[in-house]
Amino acid sequence: MSGSNHDTMSLNLKVWRQKNNKDKGSMVDYKLDGVSPDMSFLEMMDTLNTKLVKEQGDTIAFDHDCREGICGMCSMMINGQAHGPEAETTTCQLHMRKFKSGDTIVIEPWRAKAFPVLKDLMVDRSAFDQIIAAGGFVNVNTGNPQDANAILIGQENAELAMDAAACIGCGACVASCKNASAMLFVSAKISQLALLPQGEVESEARTRDMVAKMDELGFGNCTNEAECEAQCPKGIKIENIARMNREWVKGAFAARK
Amino acid sequence: MSSKSKRSALTSIGQKQVMAVTGLLLCGFLVTHMLGNFTMFIGSDSFNKYSHALTSNPLIYLAEVGLAALFISHIAMAFRVVLANKQARPTPYHTYKKSGRGGTFASATMAYSGVIALVFLVFHILGLKFGTQYTAVVGGVEMRDIYKTTVEYFQDLTHVIGYIIAIVALGIHTSHGFWSAFQSLGFNHPKYNPKIEFLSVIFGIFIAVGFSAFPIFCFIQGGH
Repeated sequence: MSGSNHDTMSLNLKVWRQKNNKDKGSMVDYKLDGVSPDMSFLEMMDTLNTKLVKEQGDTIAFDHDCREGICGMCSMMINGQAHGPEAETTTCQLHMRKFKSGDTIVIEPWRAKAFPVLKDLMVDRSAFDQIIAAGGFVNVNTGNPQDANAILIGQENAELAMDAAACIGCGACVASCKNASAMLFVSAKISQLALLPQGEVESEARTRDMVAKMDELGFGNCTNEAECEAQCPKGIKIENIARMNREWVKGAFAARK
Repeated sequence: MSSKSKRSALTSIGQKQVMAVTGLLLCGFLVTHMLGNFTMFIGSDSFNKYSHALTSNPLIYLAEVGLAALFISHIAMAFRVVLANKQARPTPYHTYKKSGRGGTFASATMAYSGVIALVFLVFHILGLKFGTQYTAVVGGVEMRDIYKTTVEYFQDLTHVIGYIIAIVALGIHTSHGFWSAFQSLGFNHPKYNPKIEFLSVIFGIFIAVGFSAFPIFCFIQGGH
């Protein structure tokens, strides 16, 4: 163990405060001392909230759940980047050692028309659920589970599907995209199913329906900048977007349903 | 799966694919336009004969309508996409920083470079196609002396500089647009992608450098 945890940090925080979804909201400055470099970013936020409670202030609302980087609940734009400056890392897995004492850290919620702010740093990401409900599933006849090896899947497709399925639906792609486009998320969900025999059957209609829902909800268009890929905490690749584009062409011209 | 969804050709993906197809065809036009212009280096007669062969062919009107349709579709889709993208984030960030691992200068400025190219296109057509009319006789055939018009047009240094600025913007535009079109059409392969991206940058440089040669050549031809 290094001795770094003895050196605490002092931080200047600029945090978006908004009472509810009707409130206009504004950036509020906080000074926080005694931050350990070994804390996670969310533990730092907890420390700030403890301080606010002691000062009888209103605590800052933010989403979090597993704090292990797998649930997709934590969000936050940290210094203008989704989940902060570290590549392939969620906010909960980002550590304060990545910052220096005296730093000013700007913390904002995801910004997108389809992700309205509920309170402070919490946004409503149910738009993603609506996209999934529009087609992000496989229709199957339920019954006894079949033998695990009854359907053989090629190694490469299995890997690609698994990579796409690593998407935790946190919305960092939307937040980091200059156009607030949800295409990386939607394409990951389309890909994980399209690459496997169980999902391939309905892929064309699924793509068409999910894309239509995505557009209806007011997400922006992809301009192929790959900022989503760069800021995705799970490293989802834009080759999934290309796959979605292919599936969409097939769906637009060939889907019978 | 719902069958109620509308099958609109103009979904977010459809719009991008129209932009991709029209963009690639316009890239093709740029290349043929440049190759044609190279006849200027051979001499005034070659350039005038080439121009006359193009404009005296009745199919030119069909080609011009097709070309205009390509430009209009590409621009109309661009406006739709940009407007939708503005609406998708009504509240801007206080601080927004790129990771440096994603977009490039070219990708971030597509709308601006596109607008520069569009404004340039208007001046380009007005100044040259509808520019001063001179007549030349080449091989006994009377034809428009477009060579004289072009050389004369580029004696004005502002025209030379304006042309080069616009064509560099167009080079930057195509350096992202070329590979972007493949991505929008669904072509993305780990083996070929680096090659397409490299080719895209080379194409942008080719457009910027190749076209810049014409106004400089004309400027010098005029006695400067």
